[in-house]
Amino acid sequence: MSYELSFEVERGDFETAGEASRKIKRTLQQLGISNKVIRKVSIAGYEGEMNLAIHSWGGKIVLEVGEDTLILTIEDTGPGIKDLDLAMTEGWSTAGEEVRQMGFGAGMGLPNMKNNADNFQITSKIDEGTKIVMSFLV
Amino acid sequence: MEKLLHSVYLDEEKCLGCTTCLRSCPTGAIRVRGGKAIINESKCIDCGECIRICPHHAKLAKTDPLSLINDFKYKVAIPAPAIIGQFKTKYSFENILSAIKALGFDEVVEVAYGAEVVGQALKYEYHAKRYPKPLISSACPAVVKLIQVRFPELTDNICRLKSPMAMTARLVRKRLRDEGNYKNSEIGVFFITPCAAKATMVNNPASSEYDKYDQIDGAIAIKDIYPDIVKNLNDCNIQEGIHNTTPEAFSWALSGGECEYLKNKNVLHVDGIQNVINVLDEIECGKLDTIEFFEGLACIGGCVGGCLTVENNYVAKMYIQDRAKKMKQTSTIHMPDEYVKSIYNSGMMHIKERILPRSPEPLDQDINKAIEKMKQIEILEEKLPGLDCGSCGSPGCRALAEDIVAGKAKEIDCVFVLKDRVRDLSVLTNELLQVEHPTEKPVNKKPEFSE
Ligand code: SF4
Ligand code: SF4
Repeated sequence: MSYELSFEVERGDFETAGEASRKIKRTLQQLGISNKVIRKVSIAGYEGEMNLAIHSWGGKIVLEVGEDTLILTIEDTGPGIKDLDLAMTEGWSTAGEEVRQMGFGAGMGLPNMKNNADNFQITSKIDEGTKIVMSFLV
Repeated sequence: MEKLLHSVYLDEEKCLGCTTCLRSCPTGAIRVRGGKAIINESKCIDCGECIRICPHHAKLAKTDPLSLINDFKYKVAIPAPAIIGQFKTKYSFENILSAIKALGFDEVVEVAYGAEVVGQALKYEYHAKRYPKPLISSACPAVVKLIQVRFPELTDNICRLKSPMAMTARLVRKRLRDEGNYKNSEIGVFFITPCAAKATMVNNPASSEYDKYDQIDGAIAIKDIYPDIVKNLNDCNIQEGIHNTTPEAFSWALSGGECEYLKNKNVLHVDGIQNVINVLDEIECGKLDTIEFFEGLACIGGCVGGCLTVENNYVAKMYIQDRAKKMKQTSTIHMPDEYVKSIYNSGMMHIKERILPRSPEPLDQDINKAIEKMKQIEILEEKLPGLDCGSCGSPGCRALAEDIVAGKAKEIDCVFVLKDRVRDLSVLTNELLQVEHPTEKPVNKKPEFSE
């Protein structure tokens, strides 16, 4: 049996930032997923949500819950990432000044997601968008 | 008093089932069933929100009566730091504490005394290796329970120093033991409490928090003895030297009071249960990784806002700040560091066991069944109007859907669903009335022939 939960995130949508990760957290608790895994998924989900709001033109977060794996997909339409290797380096960020002033965009997003996921895949096309697929073992 | 899991309870007589308290509960622990607002014991964190909001005063906190002190030979009152904010600054500390003593106590020791010890020990505890950062204050038992229930991944961050209340009891008992005039069992120590959460801590301490040397024998609500203290203020013997705490120590009654002891760290203090939840959410998803110490207090303003206090929390804050300002001008002597260090190193300040999560039950132990139920919940939620009005007795449409799937409510508990069903039924009834059965005489029609 599997279960899917999805959220649309609009560009610049900071007011509701964190809502998707909160719902994901609550849902996983109700499904009886262990706290450790929930924490990892919430951290990755939150980073993903922020990335959509900051860098993309909008996108969506999908969580698929299977019997022994969780798959979190974060997909956007947007400028894409030019240098993926660079983007995966801690501390790197393309966030604009306003966004930084709000305390977001420290550039820790992608590496932080990767560190928390058991499997992390990213593909990106310039001027089209970025897709990140992460899986977590339950 | 019997052991209680929590202190907040419902006075069924007074409850009208108005549903006002339903949505004020930060853990969704209340349901109105059979016209009464029932509390789910395992979810209640004793924050006192429902006590504050109930227009009919049907939500109460179980505390002890003053008369309980008569069971003991030697009676000690240990009032919470918030007590000082309940009275105008024209009354001196000595005056207020003496007025409390005149209620029948042999001795009064401010919990601020223990707060000074705990506060100063915090700088040692901060460096203990066992904590992930941020270190989270354990001062507010409602917040500790909140973390256990809603933020299970943060339980290891909670500071394991004993509370100022427990430390005060311990130090008093130790001194009395050393003096040797009373057996430990003859001494009654009573906490004068600003809130339900602390009352629970007294009557149902976490297993390892207390041993017989930091035993507290009862929790008496500030509001219950307030009138008598006021009466005593003007005609009691004022005992000099009864007050010996620092402004930092009694400022624990305010949000941020504890943070003052870790001034050179990145600290964050937040008050009001909903604010605390919002910030814990951010901490849990890793956003606030520069914070080194977090102090969260359930009540607005801190313990001055406790649900068993009398004075308005902002006024109480002003009184406390005024007193602190004046005292600071006349120099304050802190407890000597060696003294604090010796207590800290003795090990008596620590709770031995880990603070464990009390995560809510999943929908089902079997993940497949849980998923099945989750889908049912979503289907039901779709059918409900999404108004979150609470008339069904659950705190919102989603909660009702969950309750239905758990077998604890019915779809027609929703007034809108009920209305639709009644409408459908009346349409059907009407239809039925229109149909004439061949063997039946027409009901409302007059006979077609006349005389
Ligand atoms: S607020 Fe809650 S406890 Fe008070 S009368 Fe209404 S339903 Fe009952
Ligand atoms: S903030 Fe203070 S008064 Fe309020 S619940 Fe917490 S400990 Fe009690």
